[in-house]
Amino acid sequence: MRRTMLFLPGNSPNMIANGSFLGADSIILDLEDAVSPDNKDAARNLVKSALKHLTFGTCEVIVRINSLDTPYWEIDLEEVVPYHPDVIMPTKVSDCLTIELLVEKLDTLEQKCGLEIGSVKLLPLIETALGLEHAYSIASSSKRIVGLLLGAEDLTADLRCERTKEGREIEYARGRLVNAARAAGVEPYDCPFTAIADPEGLAVDTMLAKSLGFSGKAVINPRHVSRVNEIFSPTTGEIEYAKNVFAAIEEAGKLGKGAISLNGKMIDAPIVQRAKLVLEAARALEGVNT
Amino acid sequence: MKKMISSLREVIAATGLSDGMCISFHHHLRGGDYVLNMVMDEIAAAGIKDLTVNASSLFDCHLPLVSHIKSGVVTGLETNYVSAAIGKELSAGVLKQPVIFRSHGLRASDIVTGRSVIDVAFIAAPTSDPMGNCTGKIGPSACGSLGYAYADAEYAKKTVIITDNLVSYPLQMRSIQEINVDYVAVVDSIGDPQGIVSGTTKMPKDPIALRIAEYAAKAIESSGLLRDGFSFQTGAGGASLAVAGFLKEIMLKKGIKGSFALGGITGYLVDMMEQGCFQSLQDVQCFDLKAVDSICRNPNHIEISAAQYASPTAKSTAANSLDVVVLGATQIDKNFNVNVHTDSSGYLMGGSGGHTDVAACAKLTIIVAPLSRARTSIVVDKVKCVSTPGESIDLLVTEYGITVNPLRTDLLEVLAQSKLPIVSIQQLLTTSVALNGIPEETNEREARVIGEVYNRDNRMIDVIYQIL
Repeated sequence: MRRTMLFLPGNSPNMIANGSFLGADSIILDLEDAVSPDNKDAARNLVKSALKHLTFGTCEVIVRINSLDTPYWEIDLEEVVPYHPDVIMPTKVSDCLTIELLVEKLDTLEQKCGLEIGSVKLLPLIETALGLEHAYSIASSSKRIVGLLLGAEDLTADLRCERTKEGREIEYARGRLVNAARAAGVEPYDCPFTAIADPEGLAVDTMLAKSLGFSGKAVINPRHVSRVNEIFSPTTGEIEYAKNVFAAIEEAGKLGKGAISLNGKMIDAPIVQRAKLVLEAARALEGVNT
Repeated sequence: MKKMISSLREVIAATGLSDGMCISFHHHLRGGDYVLNMVMDEIAAAGIKDLTVNASSLFDCHLPLVSHIKSGVVTGLETNYVSAAIGKELSAGVLKQPVIFRSHGLRASDIVTGRSVIDVAFIAAPTSDPMGNCTGKIGPSACGSLGYAYADAEYAKKTVIITDNLVSYPLQMRSIQEINVDYVAVVDSIGDPQGIVSGTTKMPKDPIALRIAEYAAKAIESSGLLRDGFSFQTGAGGASLAVAGFLKEIMLKKGIKGSFALGGITGYLVDMMEQGCFQSLQDVQCFDLKAVDSICRNPNHIEISAAQYASPTAKSTAANSLDVVVLGATQIDKNFNVNVHTDSSGYLMGGSGGHTDVAACAKLTIIVAPLSRARTSIVVDKVKCVSTPGESIDLLVTEYGITVNPLRTDLLEVLAQSKLPIVSIQQLLTTSVALNGIPEETNEREARVIGEVYNRDNRMIDVIYQIL
């Protein structure tokens, strides 16, 4: 479960050391935009050491690497993959060729380091107009892919529109990304809300993302983590309803009934599927600090 | 009877102060205090030597005291807290004999029982009348409570009130009464009220401090003590304030009506009382100007003396009725002993204040601290100085979770029922060594003790060494 994926600058030792205590389900150690070109090697070194020496508990570790049109991406992978980050986040992914190149490189590195082939996952950042158009084929291009993340800042630059707090300019992108990811059987993740000191705005933006079908959201400030976690967690009402759905199914089974209803409403396959997901999420959250 | 004396010089002469005596000061003006320096300069000018200064706390504004130590005017020092700049001089060995460190409660107790004899108490009072009825609640240099000065006023052989706001007799709102006052002196200014602000009054943004505070608040909630009638103490400063913040949310959400908050009082606790979280505040000192304003106008904001706060020899104290206290630490060790006197290198930079007292008395004593600060481990094998003994500490809360003192098996059982992450002190030690390594020992000259730390039972609990 990735309700929250928290970006941490790859060259900030204190934030990385404390990364797993910030409540996010995943942390993204960033080698890309948070790090200036003259700090790339220092950040790579630090992220490598962090993966080697620190333990992150139940927190998933994602490393965001530089895009394939830079001279950094290969060395980024060579340095960090041997220490087995859970997920690599490639940037500005616009086509399947990018994924092919990455997969080839990952295969080689995993083999060389004695890691299980395919164990390092991919979560591509979709942040170009072309990438968005190719989202479904990108999402279905490798078994390593676990989801797609929408990058709205770069995308709106590419679209030549202004990025606003309300986000009307990314309505299409959000819908398209959710659809592409779901069609490919991977998870869609929403872009971060960038106004750090606007908790109300954060809540509105996050609830919108949830309503559109996103599974979680990237965040750029630790202060945003708990609210986003809360919104992407099943509510007690949802859990209660899901339990009732299964209780009604069991009851109907005992009575030999074919059609099952709950509160006067028919329980059909999509309702059962949704209830199953809610209960799975609730179970996954047991013992997790929110 | 005339108590008013026109100058400090004459007042000092009138008290009969002479070589070898003990004088006292309170610290309610905190970093903004002018009185201690003013009085010491006059004493030095009068040629009096070999004095012991018993000050409830010393701040960096009192650094001129070091020159009086060097010149032999002051040869003894007794206090409950020293801030870092003075601490550094004392650690270097400027004073020939050890500084006597007590807790706030023990200082009051020792004065009341006669263990500590004060010849002359110099009491800064933001407002006084000519007979010495005085208060800290009003006046241009208002500092709120005068809690730490009560014992001095009552038990010193001579008591001098120093004020910059003389009002006509009788002052109605009085904290210290004329029956205990020998002389009153008026000066231009006793201090800068801006300097009384202690620690921070804003909620911290540091996500680790917030995480620790959230764990602490949830531990309090899970302990079973957070119910109607709940009483609470916390210090100033980021993490402590954040605990109060999370606790306030829980209390308001659940509609819990607490009894009182105790100790040094901040504006944040004032807000909590005003919003119904507490019936009253028992205030031994004000940590900011919002607290000063509140104690002046709200009868539920009660001024208490240091003895009533936490004297170990009183029949009962406010601390005895305390449910939960949240405290800090510069170091805490595997036996839960807490250091608040020195930094990790052994330099003096603090003192017990009320730490030792309330830790001993409260039903639940919580230390909040990160596992490390600037790559220095806070959780260590053995603290540099035992300020508060480990048996007084029930919980340690770090970003890694909650650590229960094994002596509190009942608490461990209760918290095991919660979803909170429980870690052992040994796990924390292992992690801190893995992260920070084992630091090199600082160069202490073992033969030379520069500080003696006294526990509430008057037992010397530890010593502090000179640093070379």
